[in-house]
Amino acid sequence: MSQPSLFAGAQWTVSRLTRHLSQVLEADPVLQDVWVRAEISNLSRPASGHIYFTLKDAGASLKAVMWKLEASRLPFPLKDGMAVEAHGRIGIYEVSGQYQLYVDLLRPVGEGALYAEFMRLKSMLEAEGLFDPQRKRAIPELPKRIGIVTSATGAALRDMLNTLRRRLPLAEVILAPSPVQGADAPPALVKALNSLILQSPDVILIARGGGSIEDLWAFNDERVVRAVAESDVPVVSGVGHETDFTLTDFAADLRAPTPTAAAELATSITIFDLRAEMENFEQRAYTAISESLSSRRLEVANLQSRILSFSPARQLQSERQRVDELSRRAQIAQTHRLALEASQARGLAKRLVALNPFEVLARGYAVVTKADGSVIRQLSQAGAGAEIHIRVTDGEFDAQVGNRKS
Amino acid sequence: MAKSTSPKKVDELSYEEARAELESIVAALEEGNQKLEESMALFERGQALMKRCNDLLEGAELKVRALSGGELKMFEEAE
Repeated sequence: MSQPSLFAGAQWTVSRLTRHLSQVLEADPVLQDVWVRAEISNLSRPASGHIYFTLKDAGASLKAVMWKLEASRLPFPLKDGMAVEAHGRIGIYEVSGQYQLYVDLLRPVGEGALYAEFMRLKSMLEAEGLFDPQRKRAIPELPKRIGIVTSATGAALRDMLNTLRRRLPLAEVILAPSPVQGADAPPALVKALNSLILQSPDVILIARGGGSIEDLWAFNDERVVRAVAESDVPVVSGVGHETDFTLTDFAADLRAPTPTAAAELATSITIFDLRAEMENFEQRAYTAISESLSSRRLEVANLQSRILSFSPARQLQSERQRVDELSRRAQIAQTHRLALEASQARGLAKRLVALNPFEVLARGYAVVTKADGSVIRQLSQAGAGAEIHIRVTDGEFDAQVGNRKS
Repeated sequence: MAKSTSPKKVDELSYEEARAELESIVAALEEGNQKLEESMALFERGQALMKRCNDLLEGAELKVRALSGGELKMFEEAE
C-alpha cells in the first residue's frame, strides 16, 4: 500500500467514473436478474406515469423505479407499507449518482406461494380426472328452478337476479347464501351447495364478483372444487372477471366469465323465445285445423256428389225409366205374343178344319150309322141284311148290308 | 297421439306441462288423422293451453326464495 501521489494529475472525471461503476454493475449477472423482497415506502407517482419508490427492510433501503410501460401492467395498486417481491436489474442513475433497482415485475408477497399452491392443486385434481370434459353435463335450456350460491349482499347476486328477471321471469330462484371470501368461505360454500342440491334445482350458479386473487381464493379451495365436481346438478360458475380463472371454473360444467354471464348461460331460452314459440304454435294449430276443415269440406263435396246418385229423385227417375223400358218391352212382347197367338190360332183353325168330319166327307169318306144312330166302326156291328144309314158330304141315304167279308 | 282427455285442468298446469301438451297437440293436428270431432276437441284444448301459456308468460314474476337453516323463505332483495 503506497501513499497516493499528491502531484499526479486527476485521471477520472465524475462522469467517467460513474460510467465505469455502471459497467461494473452491469457486468454482474446476479445484479442484472434479481428478485428482492421488501416493503414499499416513499411511493411517488408523477404525471409521467413512471413510479418511484423505496424498497426497504429493517436494515437497508434501495431506490427503485418502474417505467410507465411496466407500471401500467400492474394488476393491483401499490401502497406504502405493502410487502412485495420485485424483479429487475441494478443500475446507476448517473445524474444523482444513485444506484437503484429498475423494476420490471412486481407482485405482492404471498402471491407466489398462492400461485404455486394453485398449480399444485390444479395438477392433482386434473390427474384425478375432476376436470375431464366427459364429466361435463349439459346445462338445461329452460330451467324451472335455478339455484344460486353466492353472498346474499353482493353485487353478483343483484346482477344475476336482474338478468334472470329480464330473461326468464317464469323461473323460480333458490338462493343458498354463503360468505364468498375469508377462511370461513370454503366450508360455508360447500354447505350451501349441498343444501341447495337437496332442493333439486335444474341448474346451480356459483358466483362471485371481481376481486383480488386473495378475494377469489375460496373458489380455489380443494373442498369447494370437489363439491362442485361431485354435484348431481349441473353447475355454472361465474367467479370474478373475464380474466380470472379459478379451479371452481375448471370443475364446473360450464364456466361463465362473470356472474351476469352465468345467469345468461343458464337461460339460453328466454321469455322472448317462449313468446315467439307460442305464436308459432298458434299459427301452426290454426293452419292445421283450417287445412283439416277444408280437406273435409272437399271430402264432403265429393261424398255429396256420390250420394246424389242414390237420392230418391234420382232413383225415381231411373225407376220411371225402368218402367218405361219395361212397358216398352212388354209392348213388344205383347205384339209378338199376339202375332204368335194369331198364327197359332190359324194353325188350330187349319187343324180344326182338318178334323171336321164333314171336311173328311168332302174328301170322299162317308159315315155309316145303324138305325139307332150309332156309328158302325167294325164288321161285327153290321149284321147281314141290317138297315144302315150312310152320310156323304152333301146328304144321306139308306142302304142294306149285303155280303160281308173280313 | 295427444292426450285429448288430459285429467288435469288447464288452469292447474305449469307452463312446462301446458307447453309440452300443446306441442304434442299441434303435432297431432298437423298429422291430422283423427276424426273431425276429435280434432275439434284437440283444437279447443290447444286454444285453452295457449291461453294458459300466454297468461303465465304475461304474469311471470321471478320468484326468489332463500335457504335458511334448511328451510325456504321469501328473499327480500336489498335495494
